[in-house]
Amino acid sequence: MMELEKLLLNRDKRAIARAITYAEDDEEKAREIIRKLYKRSGNAYIVGITGPPGVGKSTLTDRLVKNLVEEGKKIGIIAVDPTSPFTGGSILGDRIRMQDLTTHPNVYIRSMGTRGHLGGLSKGTYMAVRILDIAGMDYVFVETVGVGQSEVDIIKIADTVVMVLAPGLGDDIQAIKAGIMEIADVFVVNKSDREGADKTVLELNMMLDLDMPKEWRPPVVKAVAQEGKGIGEVLEKIHSHKEYLISSGQLEERRKNRIKMEITESVKNKLMKDVFAKMGNEEFDQKIQKVMAKEIDPYTVAEALYRQILERRE
Amino acid sequence: MERPIRVLVAKPGLDGHDRGAKVIARALRDAGMEVIYTGLRQTPEQIVEAAIQEDVDVVALSILSGAHNTLFPKITKLLKERGAEDILVIGGGVIPEEDIPFLKEHGIAEIFTPGTPTSAVIEYIKANVKRLAKK
Ligand SMILES: Nc1nc2c(ncn2[C@@H]2O[C@H](COP(=O)(O)OP(=O)(O)OP(=O)(O)O)[C@@H](O)[C@H]2O)c(=O)[nH]1
Ligand SMILES: [Mg+2]
Repeated sequence: MMELEKLLLNRDKRAIARAITYAEDDEEKAREIIRKLYKRSGNAYIVGITGPPGVGKSTLTDRLVKNLVEEGKKIGIIAVDPTSPFTGGSILGDRIRMQDLTTHPNVYIRSMGTRGHLGGLSKGTYMAVRILDIAGMDYVFVETVGVGQSEVDIIKIADTVVMVLAPGLGDDIQAIKAGIMEIADVFVVNKSDREGADKTVLELNMMLDLDMPKEWRPPVVKAVAQEGKGIGEVLEKIHSHKEYLISSGQLEERRKNRIKMEITESVKNKLMKDVFAKMGNEEFDQKIQKVMAKEIDPYTVAEALYRQILERRE
Repeated sequence: MERPIRVLVAKPGLDGHDRGAKVIARALRDAGMEVIYTGLRQTPEQIVEAAIQEDVDVVALSILSGAHNTLFPKITKLLKERGAEDILVIGGGVIPEEDIPFLKEHGIAEIFTPGTPTSAVIEYIKANVKRLAKK
């Protein structure tokens, strides 16, 4: 373990990889690592890249990161894709668009499946971001597929959320209007080489102007990620959003909320583990039978279970 | 929830289509595995680097170009250099029978020739994956 920690601080890719595997599979171990190195965290700027399937999120991420590494920045990328609820399997294909970055010494890329976790992130994503932060990355990019209101967890993780859209997604814009509009700090209309880009930009701007006046009015940027067009402008907007967050005190606010979430999640996961452990035994089966026979109700059982767990913990 | 087996499906070499690789990727996904797919024309260095960063249990190589005798051993050699020889490496594609012993000597655990049902590959992986227990 000591060795792993040392390597992690040296940004050794195998060490990062193993630590993230712990975050996914063995939370206890990941927690131990983060606990010891927590003082090193807090320096990475976290950018969420989200939007409907196929709009060019990975291609855009690839280009943004290429620009940043040229300035000497160190970057971690986490690409989250949905896991099939039926088979538990997934195909994680975001790396296809980031091939050139694979062997770059200052870039680490990891693909994650959501593994049944709702909200567009996986249970391990948060810890994985922390691990990359501790490893000394200047930026961590988190790509998630976001199409509906159930997939907005990205906002809990990112400092700046970039919402990527493409022309001809009329219905998707309606869906965005219906709730996830609020989460975007920067809009990118990618695939602007296609017809209808200006119309999409116009629609977005109209929508944003109808919105209540806010301190930060999300800008809308046109891009052709595939050809590297508009990349500089997207980066500029990310930077100005960062400056806004700092000067308005919002960055601190966001990070405070994130710490709160981290604590609640951790408590929740620990408790859930105990709950499931308790539910495995015969005594519990008998209680279910009693509920079935209407001798007791589910809430009494729940209350008793909760007390049992608390007592044992004390 | 039990940890899914993570597999990197990679296509080394210069040949231009990846139908076979995609078929196997889908079959492994349907068997409950997490498949990292990296696309066409990967160099051995890119494949090994991706396998390390993704901390996979298995690397499944698919090839049609006939360059397996140089590319496959290069990949296992690089994995070894990085201390990742515990990753199970398997190969598939158009590979003549007489090349198989040579490839196995060089660390490719199994070779699947065209016509092998995907279920055989899935079973082989499940029976031979090494890293799950280690953690
Ligand atoms: N015409 C055009 N195509 C693009 C552009 N950017 C990306 N693409 C293509 O769009 C397809 C999807 O790109 P990705 O970057 O994989 O999109 P994504 O949003 O990450 O996709 P998922 O992760 O599957 O949701 C690819 O074939 C890209 O080459 C662009 O600016 N213009
Ligand atoms: Mg993608």
